[in-house]
Amino acid sequence: MDLSRKKKIFTALVLFVVLAGCIVLDVVLPSYHIAITVIKKATVYALVAVSMNLLNGFTGLFSLGQAGFMLLGAYAYGVLTIPVAKRAIVYQYFDGGVIHFSLPEVFGSIFGTAVGSVIGMLIALLIGGILAALMAYLIGLPVLRLKSDYLAIATLGFAEILKAFFQWNKLGPVTNGSNLLKSYPVFDHATPYVILAGLMIAVILLLINSTYGRAFKAIRDDEVAAEAMGINLAKHKRMAFIISSFFAGIGGGMMAMYSGTIAAAPFKSAMTYEILLIVVIGGIGSITGSVIASFLYIISSEWLLRGLDSGTFLGISAPGVFKNGFRMAVFSVIIMVIVLFFRKGIMGERELPDLLQKRSKKKKGAAK
Amino acid sequence: MKLLPYIINGISVGGQYALIAIGYTLVYGILRLINFAHGDVFMVAGLVMVYATASMPFYLALPLAILVTVILGFTIERVAYKPLRSAPRMSLMISAIGVSYLIQNLAFYITGGVPQPVTHPIPWISDQVMLLGVSTKRVTLITPVLTILLVLLLVYLINHTKIGMAMRAAAKDFETAQLMGIKINSVISMTFVIGSFLAAVGSMLYFTNYPSVAITSGGMPGLKAFVAAVFGGIGSIPGAVVGAFIIGLCEELIKGLGYTTFSDAFTFALLIVVLCVRPTGLFGEKVTDKV
Repeated sequence: MDLSRKKKIFTALVLFVVLAGCIVLDVVLPSYHIAITVIKKATVYALVAVSMNLLNGFTGLFSLGQAGFMLLGAYAYGVLTIPVAKRAIVYQYFDGGVIHFSLPEVFGSIFGTAVGSVIGMLIALLIGGILAALMAYLIGLPVLRLKSDYLAIATLGFAEILKAFFQWNKLGPVTNGSNLLKSYPVFDHATPYVILAGLMIAVILLLINSTYGRAFKAIRDDEVAAEAMGINLAKHKRMAFIISSFFAGIGGGMMAMYSGTIAAAPFKSAMTYEILLIVVIGGIGSITGSVIASFLYIISSEWLLRGLDSGTFLGISAPGVFKNGFRMAVFSVIIMVIVLFFRKGIMGERELPDLLQKRSKKKKGAAK
Repeated sequence: MKLLPYIINGISVGGQYALIAIGYTLVYGILRLINFAHGDVFMVAGLVMVYATASMPFYLALPLAILVTVILGFTIERVAYKPLRSAPRMSLMISAIGVSYLIQNLAFYITGGVPQPVTHPIPWISDQVMLLGVSTKRVTLITPVLTILLVLLLVYLINHTKIGMAMRAAAKDFETAQLMGIKINSVISMTFVIGSFLAAVGSMLYFTNYPSVAITSGGMPGLKAFVAAVFGGIGSIPGAVVGAFIIGLCEELIKGLGYTTFSDAFTFALLIVVLCVRPTGLFGEKVTDKV
């Protein structure tokens, strides 16, 4: 069997095992179990991290606007899916808001409640993504002409402006001002998250391996050379920015699903930094790396290292040291070590199938 | 004349931003790095001040706070930026973001995540005074004066001393400066020391006006000071100061007109307009791309 076929089988096998494992966990464990929560959150982070990697790692555009686009996606999802009956309570300060329909209910009346509400939820997610993409188009017009760090700070600024708008009381009938959006339908199980995020990531992967993807990488490696080779810089940069924002928007919607409530405040620059650091841990320029890093990050911060905050860790009880905040302090030290000494991250620029290649090379070396 | 208190406040806030902005502009001038951790250094200065003033007299506490801040700035450069001297600029920026994250999380751990109340505001400058019929704290009057004095001192340092000349040379051309025998590392350390010193002074003035220091207190003033530095033309000290005063004034005026939600957003809108219309800022030099 040749290597590329082996690689395909290996990849398919890994993906199948992951999916099967997830379904089994869903069946065995109740939906409030920590494992399910962690999987949900990690898949959302994985999607957003991959979308950021597409921009920062593959196109070389250092953008820090991810939280802003997620905010758009989250709000679009919430606003469009809150059941009509509950709007009066949610929008209690704004007379029930101005939107008097709910996508899951609209589609529920056409296709039956179960199927229709799922369709409605998916379409709400999609609308969130499209809104984020439209916003990215508008923002990109002025901003994409800027270079590296100016681009970073300008996109960061746009995210802050968006946040301010969503907290503005005059927009309250739509966004509920600075109050929470809640009571919208969510997926309880982890499998839908894994499938959704998996499909999105697969689309991004296809894009990266297409001619467009190669153009993105050319721009990253050398802008001037890429232009000389006939790549339209403005067009490709805009495209990468819009696509990345689209998936960030969908990721935002899924984040809303995961957390159950939406407010503008958590979508601050610290969230973008967190995602950027995940991308760095995984390896800038590796999709697999971003996914693995998201899982590692979320599993350890939400689950394994919990003890660092609550007094006992690995059987050591030291309430004086292991108090609130120690977990994140340890975590950020680890991140700094990775940033300074392991600049390639976990995967460097390798992907899942490449893992097999490395091993088979070693085997060959051993045979000689 | 109901806007008068906001104008007075704006000038004062502008002065505080100016002190932070200089730290950004100096570092960017030499390393071409947005030092994302600078806002957090500013926050740490505030925290140290709160802790120190609670347990010792002011003539010890304030120098101590400045000293700790300066050591912090120096250490950050040595540990997080120096190893990346030859790395791509993106790595340097990521490292800066990592440091910012680290400082915030450490501060969270130490303070327990609770905003630390300013129990012992610095005497004399926190007294109430009347100015043009408006009641305000004396710090509001002191800030612009002190800022201008420090800036003049800094400009003298840069234009008329040996280390200042070295800094200018390093900003002009990093590698050639090295070839001419300038110890680039000590020059860079010096810029961080100066930047942190000014941030510490700015922090003391800033937090005199606020009831408490939270771990996120550094983020916004830091970003705004950076915007001020860009607005004035990054790398230029007079530019940073002018930019900071303009931003401070505009921000307070917007608050005065009743759009408090948008006072932060305005700053960033201004940044984006400036970047698109005149990327080199008010006083910046034009940079051409080399292939």
